[in-house]
Amino acid sequence: MNQRSHAVTYPRFIYRLLAGAFDGGWRFYLWMTILTAIALVGANAWAHQLARGMQITGMSDHVSWGLYIANFTFGVGLAAGAVMMVIPAYLYDDHDMHNVVLVGEILAIAAISVCLGFIVVDLGRPDRFWHIIPAVGRFNWPVSMLTWDVIVLNGYLLLNLHITGYLIYSKFIGKKPSKRWYLPFVFLSIFWAISIHTVTAFLYSGLGGRPFWNSALLAPRFIASAFVSGPAFVIVLLQIVRRASTFRVGDGPIRTLSSVLRVTVLLNLFMLGSEVFTAFYTGGAHATAAKYLFFGSHGRHALVPWIWSAIALNVLSAVLLHLPAARNKLALLDIACLAAFAGVWIEKGMGLIIPGFVPSTLHEVVEYVPTLAEWKITAGIWAFGFMVLTLALKVALPVLTGELSLAKEEEPAEPEPVPEAAE
Amino acid sequence: MSEPTEKQPRRVHLKVLGATLGASAFAYAMAPLRAWTKELSVDAFLQKHYKELTKEEMTKVIARLEADTKRDYGADVTIKDPKPRAGVEFGYALNLSVCIGCRKCAEACHHENNHDRATNNSYIRVLEMEQGSFDMERGNVQYDHAVPAPGKFYMPVQCHQCDNAPCTKVCPVQATWKEPDGIVVVDYNWCIGCRYCEAACPYHARRFNWTKPEIPKEEINPDQGYLSNRIRPQGVVEKCTFCLHRTREGKLPACLEACPTGARVFGNLLDPDSEIRWVLEHKRVFILKEELGTKPRFFYFFDV
Repeated sequence: MNQRSHAVTYPRFIYRLLAGAFDGGWRFYLWMTILTAIALVGANAWAHQLARGMQITGMSDHVSWGLYIANFTFGVGLAAGAVMMVIPAYLYDDHDMHNVVLVGEILAIAAISVCLGFIVVDLGRPDRFWHIIPAVGRFNWPVSMLTWDVIVLNGYLLLNLHITGYLIYSKFIGKKPSKRWYLPFVFLSIFWAISIHTVTAFLYSGLGGRPFWNSALLAPRFIASAFVSGPAFVIVLLQIVRRASTFRVGDGPIRTLSSVLRVTVLLNLFMLGSEVFTAFYTGGAHATAAKYLFFGSHGRHALVPWIWSAIALNVLSAVLLHLPAARNKLALLDIACLAAFAGVWIEKGMGLIIPGFVPSTLHEVVEYVPTLAEWKITAGIWAFGFMVLTLALKVALPVLTGELSLAKEEEPAEPEPVPEAAE
Repeated sequence: MSEPTEKQPRRVHLKVLGATLGASAFAYAMAPLRAWTKELSVDAFLQKHYKELTKEEMTKVIARLEADTKRDYGADVTIKDPKPRAGVEFGYALNLSVCIGCRKCAEACHHENNHDRATNNSYIRVLEMEQGSFDMERGNVQYDHAVPAPGKFYMPVQCHQCDNAPCTKVCPVQATWKEPDGIVVVDYNWCIGCRYCEAACPYHARRFNWTKPEIPKEEINPDQGYLSNRIRPQGVVEKCTFCLHRTREGKLPACLEACPTGARVFGNLLDPDSEIRWVLEHKRVFILKEELGTKPRFFYFFDV
């Protein structure tokens, strides 16, 4: 093997990845152009929001967080849910999963990018971002849960960047990855994944003045729903990867993930049911937000269609996943996954953040409806996330299949090298 | 990967074209930012936290802020930075037996604290409550009729200046804290505008500057405090400071002076001869949402 210094091969590696990121078929260009266009529309709306202030959103002093924080919360779940591929691969030594686990880690990177995007657009003064950098600004750690979130989210991003970067680079230079350089990080990332969604739940559940969030069940609920949205997304993603690239994806990982999903989708509904029971059977002040969410109150009903859609989608996916036919028919499984994904997106987003503010702490019922600007920015950030995901997969997969490697690059004359067997 | 072919040069041209188009589209998309960056200065960007500013630095900051106010609003204002006084801890009590819900306090707050005129903002919200019930669920803020209405009583709510304040705990950048005299303040030049404090406050005491406040030049209150009523920048959180620019100089809060019924009692909790101490020791006092353990410095009481 090549014994040259990493100082030579690493820039080479980065260059090849960058070149690969800007090269592809017409479908790739079309997809990326669409995403770029949406991201630009979002960027433009954000520029307007910065210039004219957040008055162009639907938020108010009564409902002071909206669509951005809703999507942030969901995105954290998606990032944490991707670990559901790491657990079978490394804790249970599932070999099929081992081959595709990198897809999950790349999803985590993209999802965290989305989360950070939503935090940035939710800030009134993003120009003062340096105030929150530890040791540079004034980091209110450990008292503020938000500082914990800064640590765990960025830490999770770095962990996954390191793991994927190291494994792909090793593969590129044709070296067997050294376990001590990635295994400890992989195991750390499992705990870390749980921590990101737990800390995010604690952001809300620690607020005594918001009875709707002030529930010990919130963190477990977050984890359960993360293990719905993560696997649901990956099941669909793996099928797309299988079609759009030469990367081999067996049925094993999809089967494993749908087994996980079959349990978590029910667990999630069960926890929702527990919350609903406690709120409505007890009644009184603690039920007012739940009443507004599920049935409307004081003649205001903005969230009612949202939450019932979420419940319908979650129940639909639970039913579909448990049909015997879903085990063989991928189309049925895909519908179940999309339904679960959309259901959790509503439930962990609009269905969780907004009722925390309605009624307000002085029991005023002021509704929140996202404005067009908020939808544009939201779509823009998701488009950006899909760009990160697409590009990362696009450069990583050819390395994994052996199509792109240092050895191959240096001997372009040589035809097909023997494809390496999967590890 | 595509093999090198004669198509390659065209492909490169297309990529260059695409990159150019993309870059100009990005520049176009971000163009509204120019209006925003015009108001940003390097000095403002690098300004340190309130507690880290030396006296000289604070003088400079205040000069800059006064000049900004002149530029943006055309008004000559004086910004001071009165410090808490030793041996003083402020407390506020409100007599629910005599409050008639006229909202003069809210109006006085609006003017004293240089609030945005368009939104009619104020740090005080007055709830019209039903006699015989303390359920805020049955309260109403948007009443529009002669007061006091039969069968109703009134409860103004403003910042409770909690000793165990949920808002200061959650702030990720220590932009809000409790001063030694009990007042919870915000450094408007340090706040990043995440609004976590607004979510944490159980008393709806915090406001966010959803846009740059608009106030006609002649209506601007020129006697301003750095931590209190100076005109706030867009995108930061603000709150009631017990009018510290007045009270730290021995005056009373604007809301108290405006109250026609004498429902409001303000003073030094450490002074055993103060009126506030007399009220707390002799009246039927209660604390709003006491069960949350926030330990407010704001009290309600009844005459009977």
